Amino acid sequence: MPKHNNLNKILVIGSGPIVIGQAAEFDYAGTQACLALKEEGIEVVLVNNNPATIMTDQSVADKVYIEPLNVETIEKIISREKPDGMIGTLGGQTGLNLTVELYEKGILDKYDVKLLGTSVESIQKGEDREKFRNLMIEIGEPIPESAIIEDFQSGVEFVKEIGYPVIIRPAYTLGGAGGGFANNDEEFEAVLKQGLTLSPIHQVLVEKSIKGWKEVEYEVMRDENDTCTIVCNMENMDPVGVHTGDSIVVAPSQTLSDVQYQILRNSSLKVIRALNVVGGCNIQFALDTTSNQYYIIEVNPRVSRSSALASKATGYPIARIATKCAIGYHLDEILNPITGNTYASFEPAIDYIVVKLPRFPFDKFSEGDRSLGTQMKATGEVMAMDRSFEGALNKALRSMEMNAHSLYLKSMPGKTKEELVELLKKPTDLRLFAIAEAFKRGFTIEEVISQTEIDRWFLIKVKNIVDCEQKLASHSWEEAPVDLLKTAKRMNIGDRRLSEIFNVPEKEIRLKWKSLNVKRGYKLVDTCAAEFDAVTPYFYSTYQGADEVESSHGKKKILVVGSGPIRIGQGIEFDYCSVHAALAVKKLGFEAIVMNNNPETVSTDYSIADRLYFEPLAVEDIMAVVEKEQVQGVLLQFGGQTAINLANALEDEGVTILGTSMKVIDQLEDRHEFYSLLNELDIPHIAGTTINEPEELVPAAEKLGYPVLIRPSFVIGGQSMFICYNNKEVEKYLTRIMEDGNDRCWPLLVDQYLPGMECEIDVISDGENIVVPGIFEHLEKAGVHSGDSVALFPPVNISDSIKKTLIEYGEKIANHLPIIGMMNIQFVVHNEVVYVLEVNPRSSRTVPIMSKVTGVPMIEWATHVQLGKSLKELSGGSVGLFPEPAYYSVKAPIFSASKLKGVDHVLGPEMKSTGETLGLGVTLEEAFSKALQLSGKVSAKESAAGEEPTIFCSIANRAKEESLDSIKAFAKEGYKVIATEGTAAFLAKHNISSETLAKEKVLLHEFWKNKQPDLVLNIPNEGRDGEKIGFYIRELAVRYQVPYYTSFDTLKPWINLFSSENEEEKPRTLGEYRQLTKLNEVGACQ
Amino acid sequence: MKQGYLVLETGEIFEGKLIGELNNMVGEVVFNTSMTGYQEIITDPSYAGQILTFCYPLIGNYGLNDLDDESFQTAVSGVITGDICEEHSHFQATKGFQERLEQVGVPGLTGVDTRALVKVIRKHHTVKGMITTNPEVASLQDGDDVSQNFWVDTVSVKKPVTYENEGPHIVLMDYGYKKSILHALLQENCKVTVVPYHFSYEQVKELQPEGVLLSNGPGDPMKLQPWFSEIKKITESFPTLGICLGHQLIALAHGATTKKLAFGHRGGNHPVKELLTGKVQMTSQNHGYVVVEDSINYNEFQVLFLNVNDKTVEGIKHNSLPIQSVQFHPEAHPGPSDTEFIFQQFLHQVTTSGGRTYAKA
Ligand SMILES: Nc1ncnc2c1ncn2[C@@H]1O[C@H](COP(=O)(O)OP(=O)(O)O)[C@@H](O)[C@H]1O
Ligand SMILES: Nc1ncnc2c1ncn2[C@@H]1O[C@H](COP(=O)(O)OP(=O)(O)O)[C@@H](O)[C@H]1O
Ligand SMILES: [Mg+2]
Ligand SMILES: [Mg+2]
Repeated sequence: MPKHNNLNKILVIGSGPIVIGQAAEFDYAGTQACLALKEEGIEVVLVNNNPATIMTDQSVADKVYIEPLNVETIEKIISREKPDGMIGTLGGQTGLNLTVELYEKGILDKYDVKLLGTSVESIQKGEDREKFRNLMIEIGEPIPESAIIEDFQSGVEFVKEIGYPVIIRPAYTLGGAGGGFANNDEEFEAVLKQGLTLSPIHQVLVEKSIKGWKEVEYEVMRDENDTCTIVCNMENMDPVGVHTGDSIVVAPSQTLSDVQYQILRNSSLKVIRALNVVGGCNIQFALDTTSNQYYIIEVNPRVSRSSALASKATGYPIARIATKCAIGYHLDEILNPITGNTYASFEPAIDYIVVKLPRFPFDKFSEGDRSLGTQMKATGEVMAMDRSFEGALNKALRSMEMNAHSLYLKSMPGKTKEELVELLKKPTDLRLFAIAEAFKRGFTIEEVISQTEIDRWFLIKVKNIVDCEQKLASHSWEEAPVDLLKTAKRMNIGDRRLSEIFNVPEKEIRLKWKSLNVKRGYKLVDTCAAEFDAVTPYFYSTYQGADEVESSHGKKKILVVGSGPIRIGQGIEFDYCSVHAALAVKKLGFEAIVMNNNPETVSTDYSIADRLYFEPLAVEDIMAVVEKEQVQGVLLQFGGQTAINLANALEDEGVTILGTSMKVIDQLEDRHEFYSLLNELDIPHIAGTTINEPEELVPAAEKLGYPVLIRPSFVIGGQSMFICYNNKEVEKYLTRIMEDGNDRCWPLLVDQYLPGMECEIDVISDGENIVVPGIFEHLEKAGVHSGDSVALFPPVNISDSIKKTLIEYGEKIANHLPIIGMMNIQFVVHNEVVYVLEVNPRSSRTVPIMSKVTGVPMIEWATHVQLGKSLKELSGGSVGLFPEPAYYSVKAPIFSASKLKGVDHVLGPEMKSTGETLGLGVTLEEAFSKALQLSGKVSAKESAAGEEPTIFCSIANRAKEESLDSIKAFAKEGYKVIATEGTAAFLAKHNISSETLAKEKVLLHEFWKNKQPDLVLNIPNEGRDGEKIGFYIRELAVRYQVPYYTSFDTLKPWINLFSSENEEEKPRTLGEYRQLTKLNEVGACQ
Repeated sequence: MKQGYLVLETGEIFEGKLIGELNNMVGEVVFNTSMTGYQEIITDPSYAGQILTFCYPLIGNYGLNDLDDESFQTAVSGVITGDICEEHSHFQATKGFQERLEQVGVPGLTGVDTRALVKVIRKHHTVKGMITTNPEVASLQDGDDVSQNFWVDTVSVKKPVTYENEGPHIVLMDYGYKKSILHALLQENCKVTVVPYHFSYEQVKELQPEGVLLSNGPGDPMKLQPWFSEIKKITESFPTLGICLGHQLIALAHGATTKKLAFGHRGGNHPVKELLTGKVQMTSQNHGYVVVEDSINYNEFQVLFLNVNDKTVEGIKHNSLPIQSVQFHPEAHPGPSDTEFIFQQFLHQVTTSGGRTYAKA
């Protein structure tokens, strides 16, 4: 059947800010969906408050609402737009939940909006544990026995029924805290009691444990006509017990016989039919290792992280096809875009193997709880393809950009045997490296199996690599046997790893490959194992086969280097930049070649670039593409720190780096040169020095005078950066980074810490002129990382003269160096003096937002100046600081605190947020309220019927004075104040009465259990110390989902709301806000 | 491991490591896109006379077991793979892939860029080759060309074999049947008598079957021309199901023609559309020949299934008689079993026609 009639306007709900478990994959899905709808001539209305996404570009959707993702707002949008239908299964869990709410509140009926694709009944059957359970029993599919338990006794009775082992999963706890496995009565008693106490609602799920079984996923498609296909199945190397999002995953499954593959396939079809899903669906299985018995772990009746992975792994664009199904197409009516001559109603056959590795934040959060379990902790992932597992694994490892770029991790050889065995037993982000180390120390396969429960097949492959590296190590580079070297390359052992083993420079290694004619071949990702001709330029490399890829001729080629896996400090915003760079390159008639290794992103959608190389972003891999494609130049300014860090090596290999020169980049990245540059231009910078030896640190700090801020030389997101107030803290810091053992840390940089106002600008420069679309003012004082601070635009506390200075400094720097392309400058304004904090010679986190709210195509211009255009011709003459819009934009950070146990989410110079939201409004209050979702919180107080609202305060001594005004304001507003001893005493002195609480964990917890405050104000004196009470208070706040503030500044908007009579928030399209801009300009001219 | 070569008549030569036993056979080189099921595939008699290329590079991961062979022989004349798993891992496994090839004396070549080979095959459509230690096209001369052998005669049973059971009695005409076809019937409680391919109508009739199933098998269906008239009589006398080669034989016996496909359908992901419902099913396939659509006599037959990708005939049904046949493999193994309902449909025919034979006297 062709597509449904009378669908002219469709509402798409995005997934909102990036949090652990819900990341860029939904930008990829949403963008595909919007484009798939538009090409059907359907008008697309999009709601998403994540400004860093591609999907919120006006080129992607017809009407873009960057507005809060809550039912109230969406209802307003529906009533304005009157869409004919909506799709809710593309926006992750957020989109799904909102869809269900809209339906249950009768809003869809009220406005007669047709829910397309999977129905709410089906969604609920999939999501609601009870309904799902019953359905599975009905259709005779096995699921592990489980029960919701709310008191100890019934837990004991239930476990009598089902027997051990069991898994206990408490509801709403930090990173699954208090959960765990129990194999016998006393373990059960311990874990259950703990779980019940820790759960705010005293509820846990007790379930038969199937830990250690194989975990396998199937990605299923279904259309209205009940045609079902499997896009791809995937096998987790980590057995059941580690969340699939945290597991090493391969596609297709490797250790399943055809019989087993088909058993699970049949079950998948049975389930998707029973659920009556229309579109895509993800099903997770546990398969016994010694029989064909299996359980269904869960079903996600929507596109998911796994479906993005499956799409990139096979080339089959699930979200796109799911969207077509949602509007009524049958799978056999939709062309397979990869081949162009076959249809979507088939099952991809691949002739390579795919490995996905999760990317964890523990390189930044070294104090975090690294253990992996049923609660996801990875912030991102990388994918690699090759013709062997060894090859794909090595490629994935060098895509990770961690302290390791192979199976070898520096910290491993130092481990004692006991420590090593622990690392094998307890899954953490380090386990893979521990396995390698174990083999190096002669552990047998059997020993490692018994500790890890990982399937022999995977372990043998890992051992193959280790053995090969051992053999290599036994030779010198000069007389290493050629066959052995070739074997190493067939396993795709990295040049960097080889240079480590033989300790010769990488360059020399590559020379040898040339002389031995050891070359990689490129292969097509074609969904069909070469059975049909494919038209899509989507490639991967291998050392196990011929090069089948014709490099195109004619057009000049430009390579855009992507930003790799998503991690804290380098998120989806850089994918936004890479994608727009590629489009800008195309626009000038060049051929755009994109390289990246992140399967979640839009940049690795084969429809963006002219040619997509899904490859690691290591020098050897980039060089290979540069040489193969004979590219004219490489764009490095859009791939975040990842790309910038490559500049040296690439230039060294003779690659043309477009835009700002290498010399200049070094000048900016090297503190020493940077400061002398600023001196030369007489631009003030904060006093600071560089430290090469540990023992120099304390004296230097004393010389500068406390407080000081210490950081490693190369940092992303303020990695291991601290403000220290005394020698003790400095010493503590030292020991910590020594342990991390990342030599990119040294030398260390020590600055005076100035608590001034922070602001930043993104500058586009052609070396003669600059364009600054706007200035972002930070709400919090300097000392809170730019990525974690609330930022507003246009600024409200920056005088015109200061603005002039900011731009002047920007001009000086840009013209002097010169900067060709983009840079991001962060300033601290302290006592009317403007200090330059740092200059990032690249596009930054704020670029997508600034581009959207001003309408200036920043990336396009920045790309075109690097390709030789002049700014003036691009901007139509206008340069310098652009006029400010007549509306406000407020960016607010979003943290994944509840996912990361042991991590202290106190604001500081080190970035911790995983995502951001944008609030737009005609008044500052409206923008704030939308960004910080205050209306919800403030009204929460009204809702607490009769009871007076409460604020919980615990303030460090140095901040007590400063805290008075804020606390007064709340007291005045009728808030009851609860405070820890010291704070209470201080408040009493200033006659603010408060209920006092002793600083004791037990008492605190008791108090919270009975009644949670409405908000917490907690200014820590140190932070990041698990033993400190302050940390415990913040943990309670997270666990009980109470908003908490560790900076007065962040609280201001809330306080301001008391005075301002807040009139109702209105949703508007980005276009409508921009209209306001124009009006303003007109006004300005008159 | 010894160096070996796959030499193609078209001149291309692929180098790799030799496994198994050289057999000096020149066969048609074909490829299969399945990612699982290598054991079922190499024991499928339909591959007799062919050198099989696995598109998926990692073969042997889960070893071979005692349950999943599709016949008592390893009919394939040679195997080409990207990589052979030296140490397999599976609770059922009893042997390794390489071990098996050695035991049955079939040569294999591993470490080959099978994707490049597949592209060569597609370029030439049909191409013959041999696995050898001599990297010269000339070596093909001293090989013996088995690609045109009458393989059905080799792989078919020599005399009838009966599997007792309570249910209806089905005669399985053996052109090289896959064990899973037999199992599918036994599953449905059928009593099954497997008979040699050359059994005449009279011989079949003596067994008093209530239905007849024409199995899959290797090679060009026209090689069985001498038996077409008997096959026609059989199909007109008993409820009949044809699978793969069996399907082609039914069509031919009823006056249609067959032709060779450019490079065949071999894999577990072939979409076929059921014309009545418009539903698309995933099927397991292994065939080089197809029934020519416009050669079908539409007064007698209708097309039931079409291939979604190349629109070739995937199944036909007689308008008045209980004759149905499919080009794909409803018995699966390897591959999806989405179409196992074909067997139920067949047995429904068998029971409703109450085992009556309606020979036109
Ligand atoms: N009964 C169980 N026993 C052991 N591990 C389990 C069990 N159920 C789930 N898990 C593990 O927990 C992970 C997350 O569970 P899942 O139901 O998929 O939650 P989510 O919705 O977060 O994906 C799974 O990937 C699996 O590894
Ligand atoms: N000397 C300083 N005084 C006050 N705050 C500082 C100082 N140096 C850095 N900061 C704070 O630390 C944050 C991170 O420092 P920055 O140099 O921007 O590192 P990154 O490279 O991670 O962005 C800044 O946003 C600012 O708030
Ligand atoms: Mg899951
Ligand atoms: Mg910064």
